[in-house]
Amino acid sequence: MSDFAFQLLLTFDATLRLATPLILCAMAGIFSERSGVIDISLEGKMLASAFAAAAVASLAGSPWLGVLAAIGVSVILALVHGFACITHRGNQVVSGLAINILASGLTVTVGIALFRQGGQTPPLASAERFRPIQWWFADGLDKVPVAGAIYRELISGHNELVYIALATVPISAFVLYKTRFGLRLRAVGEMPKAVDCAGISVNWLRYRAVIIAGVLCGLAGAYLSTGQGAGFVREMSAGKGYIALAAVIFGKWRPVYALLACLMFGFLEAGASRLQGIDLPLIGEVPVQLVLALPYIMTVLLLAGFIGRASPPAAIGEPYVK
Amino acid sequence: MSAVPPLPKWADIFLLPVINLLAAFVVCGLIVLAIGENPLTALGVMVKGAFVYPGSLGYTLYYTTNFIFTGLAVAVAFHAMMFNIGGEGQAYIGGLGAGLASLWLAPFLPALLVLPLAVAGAALFGATWGFVPGYLQARRGSHIVITTIMFNFIAASIMVWLLAGPLIQAGQMSPQTPKFEASGQLPSFQALVGVFGFDTASSPLNMSFLIALAALFAVWVLIWRTRLGYEIRTVGQNPDAAHYAGINVPRVIIITLAISGALAGLMATNEVLGVQHRVVLNFTAGYGFTGIAVALMGRNHPVGIFLASLLFGALYQGGAELDFEFQSITREMVLLIQGMIILFSGALAYMFNPPLARLIAALTRKREAAHV
Repeated sequence: MSDFAFQLLLTFDATLRLATPLILCAMAGIFSERSGVIDISLEGKMLASAFAAAAVASLAGSPWLGVLAAIGVSVILALVHGFACITHRGNQVVSGLAINILASGLTVTVGIALFRQGGQTPPLASAERFRPIQWWFADGLDKVPVAGAIYRELISGHNELVYIALATVPISAFVLYKTRFGLRLRAVGEMPKAVDCAGISVNWLRYRAVIIAGVLCGLAGAYLSTGQGAGFVREMSAGKGYIALAAVIFGKWRPVYALLACLMFGFLEAGASRLQGIDLPLIGEVPVQLVLALPYIMTVLLLAGFIGRASPPAAIGEPYVK
Repeated sequence: MSAVPPLPKWADIFLLPVINLLAAFVVCGLIVLAIGENPLTALGVMVKGAFVYPGSLGYTLYYTTNFIFTGLAVAVAFHAMMFNIGGEGQAYIGGLGAGLASLWLAPFLPALLVLPLAVAGAALFGATWGFVPGYLQARRGSHIVITTIMFNFIAASIMVWLLAGPLIQAGQMSPQTPKFEASGQLPSFQALVGVFGFDTASSPLNMSFLIALAALFAVWVLIWRTRLGYEIRTVGQNPDAAHYAGINVPRVIIITLAISGALAGLMATNEVLGVQHRVVLNFTAGYGFTGIAVALMGRNHPVGIFLASLLFGALYQGGAELDFEFQSITREMVLLIQGMIILFSGALAYMFNPPLARLIAALTRKREAAHV
């Protein structure tokens, strides 16, 4: 296997790791927004649950308890969002923003109160984190050309949460398109009145949607602090929730397309860090910062209809009044 | 659901914001209590830190200046029912405009020429960063919220690239521009009043505070005393009615977003021209987002925005004091308060409305009954 191909393989491997939180958050965004509730609080829920996961994993010594705590915190924030937007028909963007700012403040405040380390959690030991899983024969298949390397680097050797994230995509697609609940969920985001007339509670459907979003964001947060990283650091979500939101739009609010968008954005990030300081023929040194801005730029162009068309659910952002 | 009686105007303007504010403080107080500190002591420290110590008022007003600009930016867009969440990016790019003008012109021209151009540069660059999302919303149907969020990140990327690359001070590692020459710096408040023989404590307060006050007045005139302001409000209330009344709705939206961006961009006059005297990384520090809280609390009216800016200025300055006085609570407490304020006076704005309206209606009925 040539060196270039191997480098590419490693980049794909990094892509998958970087795309995992994006995938989870994007699925969360799809559930919420398909039900008609705008969710810019993916970022805040992920940040708060990253803290919860690391804090509980550190105190209780188990990453799975950390995941539970992460999901719990994220669902609570999702319920606050639901309470404001569904029950009290508040502005969904304002509510999402409030949650993002609250998460910023809460994580550091509680972090300092608990650990006195400037808002971080203590670094997590190996047993308190999710470790890469080596699949069967990963080393045995090494002698098989190409496929062996792909199997060892790309398919095997990730932690549980990466595989869970990948599994959420077909599950989300199935739930949205093949179940009665999914049909109703999509209907309530397009025309809530019709759903209401059919005798189904608009509010309860939307609450279930934001709760699902909470669970998925919780997983994303847990991945950040106990899977990818080894502990919580201030502002560690670093805009990933917004990139996931961009992926939702880029994926036209559909799970499989959104997965592809997440992988593309992950690949851009993985590629950009590899290109840092390297002079390419013709182009010269790649402005890494501008490569990292590509997801945002592409989303703007897509929304403006310059590359394809993205049309959001018809009733998105509108509180339902009986 | 029974009909809710309308809330009297005085209650809507004064009582409801106060109740929402109190709710936010009570929740934050409970969190402080849970952490194991006394919330009232913390509040006392913040009030002292914001107003009492020498120079603290200057610091408070310096933060207030930022919030007036970003609050006005959000408010002007709100009047057209546009949610400009991009104040952060507009202020950042505004800093580029101010910075470029000062960097390039200050070595050659006197302050009297450089400063107006630098202020105009801040407004112009900010306006551009508001204009594009406005254009995309009005002509291409992109959602303003998403576009402005994306523009915040694009602005941050551009600025990191510029400050770490083409604009970096030669021989320096930290991503920032060289310091402006003296004629590219806004005079400090201390120097201004010093001219008249007054002696004040040193603080970062500078002339941009006066620009902020002028902006407050200008926005009041714009929204309530001009034809454009009337069009902005009409578009905000009912775009269809505005269209039938002959108002060019897309044009009004684009102009509104450009004005909004210009106001956010002017925030750079305080941070870049008045305090840092250079463009530094992340000088916006979240002030653009705080502008949303300010506009929500201030009910999009310049008087309200001034009061809300003062409140947030005091919170920021007082919050910094928490770091010195407590082991376990820090200035991040202020983010918590800010989040709660946005939640209660923004997202949950209608929560206290019906019960309060019922209560007031019941009280007035009782009083009327007593009179009969």
